[in-house]
Amino acid sequence: MNTEQDARSAVIGTRWPEVAVAVLLQAIAALVIIDSRRVGIDWADDGPRAGYFPFYVGLLLFGAATWVLINALRSWGKLAEFAERGQIKLVISMFIPMVLYVVAVQFLGIYIASIGLIAFFMIRHGKYKLPLTAAVSLGVPLLLFVVFERWFLVPLPKGPVEAFFGY
Amino acid sequence: MQELLDLAQGFSVALTLPNIGFMLVGIILGVLIGVLPGLGGANGVAILLPLTFSMNPTSAIIMLSCIYWGALFGGAITSILFNIPGEPWSVATTFDGFPMAQQGKAAQALTAAFTSSFVGAFFAVLLITFLAPLLAKFALKFGPPEFFAVQLLTFCSFVGMSKEPPAKTIAAMMLGFALAAVGMDSVTGQLRMTFGVPEMLKGFDFLIAVIGLFGIGEILLTMEEGLAFKGKSARISPKIVWETWGELLKHWKLFLRSTAIGCWMGITPGGATPASFMSYGMAQRMSKDPKGFGKGRIEGVVAPETAAHAAGTSALLPMLTLGIPGSPTAAVLLGGLLIWGLQPGPMMFVEQKEFVWGLIASMYLGNLVGLIVVLTTVPWWAAMLRIPFAVIAPVIIVICAVGAYTVHSSMFDVWLMLVFGVVGYLFKKLKYPLAPLVLALVLGDMAESSFRQAMLLSQGKLSIFWSNPLVGSLTALALTMLLWPVVQRFTSRQPRTALGSVGTTQPAKSDIGGSV
Repeated sequence: MNTEQDARSAVIGTRWPEVAVAVLLQAIAALVIIDSRRVGIDWADDGPRAGYFPFYVGLLLFGAATWVLINALRSWGKLAEFAERGQIKLVISMFIPMVLYVVAVQFLGIYIASIGLIAFFMIRHGKYKLPLTAAVSLGVPLLLFVVFERWFLVPLPKGPVEAFFGY
Repeated sequence: MQELLDLAQGFSVALTLPNIGFMLVGIILGVLIGVLPGLGGANGVAILLPLTFSMNPTSAIIMLSCIYWGALFGGAITSILFNIPGEPWSVATTFDGFPMAQQGKAAQALTAAFTSSFVGAFFAVLLITFLAPLLAKFALKFGPPEFFAVQLLTFCSFVGMSKEPPAKTIAAMMLGFALAAVGMDSVTGQLRMTFGVPEMLKGFDFLIAVIGLFGIGEILLTMEEGLAFKGKSARISPKIVWETWGELLKHWKLFLRSTAIGCWMGITPGGATPASFMSYGMAQRMSKDPKGFGKGRIEGVVAPETAAHAAGTSALLPMLTLGIPGSPTAAVLLGGLLIWGLQPGPMMFVEQKEFVWGLIASMYLGNLVGLIVVLTTVPWWAAMLRIPFAVIAPVIIVICAVGAYTVHSSMFDVWLMLVFGVVGYLFKKLKYPLAPLVLALVLGDMAESSFRQAMLLSQGKLSIFWSNPLVGSLTALALTMLLWPVVQRFTSRQPRTALGSVGTTQPAKSDIGGSV
């Protein structure tokens, strides 16, 4: 989850996000190369070992990321816009509830979490009155329940509240 | 003529009442997906895929491919009425489509867009009908080196055709391959890059990646735009449709040219987006009045829509015959086929004849049904878009989470979806292409195993990729595509060939597309 910090540190210019992503890719490439060497990149009696193919993938990824990095450093002075500060704020204001939502899905089940997420967005960003908010935020999870649990028999994550109702 | 007989049989499979019902449902869901931000062809199909597991494969794939057609149609509605390209391939449609709507000619623009979509797709399906069996027969002779060479060609074309910088295309692609390698190695059974985390054992599922990259990433991007949807309304009357069709007949040459561009870009995985830009550029260049483009010329709607649909449809040709998808959505469909135990590739044309021809027949029918559906229901979709983002956004996040969870019933996947969402946002902002990442993730295992088998045959000598004329020419073509940007730089001094000028003919406005 390193990448979300990148978005936060990116204020206006595209350089730092560019560099951060390139370095992150280099790090991933290094991991790939190290792990491929662990499982073996050469030939065994029965043919190429498990690391044979990923090793070269790692090398190419490292090369490409370095290339991006060099390009970014070379055009360092030319300021390209990544996003405005206000835009980043909006994106973060979207992303944090998303993370909390997934946490809530894990512990409370998807239905309760979805009610919370939809209600939060409608009140906070849409400035809706309570009746409409309640209708949408209860209606969508209910529809999900009918379609998935009842109609297609696909179970979705459930928590204590659903357990109370016997699901 | 065998093809026609097979096709007739296919129609008898596709033309049953339940299948037509699935077609309608698919088209309507598809248009919905195409209209809503954050849901597109690829992740829409990915989210709905688990729901079709209980259906029979033929009906399921008919419905899923109809979602795809629907999404292609839906993209045009938002571009023309709202100046918001619902899909990346409809960015070029906004250039002339939205000005037309502003001049009160929204109905004409929409009719032109839908009709061109239909024509583009229709010719591409014709191409599939007659070319696919030949290609499949030809591909039966392929061994591991040939298959790897075809895959190499696929990935090299991305580097050559993409408008993103080659370094970033390669980086995105290799990231896809690296992610595909995570988990158990299918040949030796060894664990790779799992680092002791049990959830990593099964590797990264590309469906999760697609939902995160295209769904969550898109929502974050849309949030940034500030979300004021102010659109034109439209109602299409039969009279306008009739008049517009009459006018479109005059542009038959444009249709043919755009279809040719689209089919070419779809088969070599350039994809629908570059095809639409290229076709727009060509239309502008060959027009008697290039300056009128961007101000509401009907040709500016016809050219990109025809090409995008031709490309989107013909992307299924390599998917069916070689098992190599030409676009992310085709990749998701391929994933669906694999889940149903159908291995796309030359053998499928021999062993699963009924299924293949049923699917091809459904492409004809699906597009026709789609055309009728969108022409009659446009006002509803436009109304749909007026639902504010504060309602749409959380609902789409919920749908994405449900989609990610249902693939393997695993919470880990939902977290993974969030991570991919952030990656998708950053990659879009920094102009890393997402399509090669997804395709590499899908094809990674296949490419690796054909490479390893080829290496086994040759005892580790790369010269096997030049060992016979077939594999040699494929490899040579692949390398040409890879080096295309370099070639282009040298030849751009004398601007002559149409293909050589892809990069330069893109209208300056295309940076609107960067935010989509």
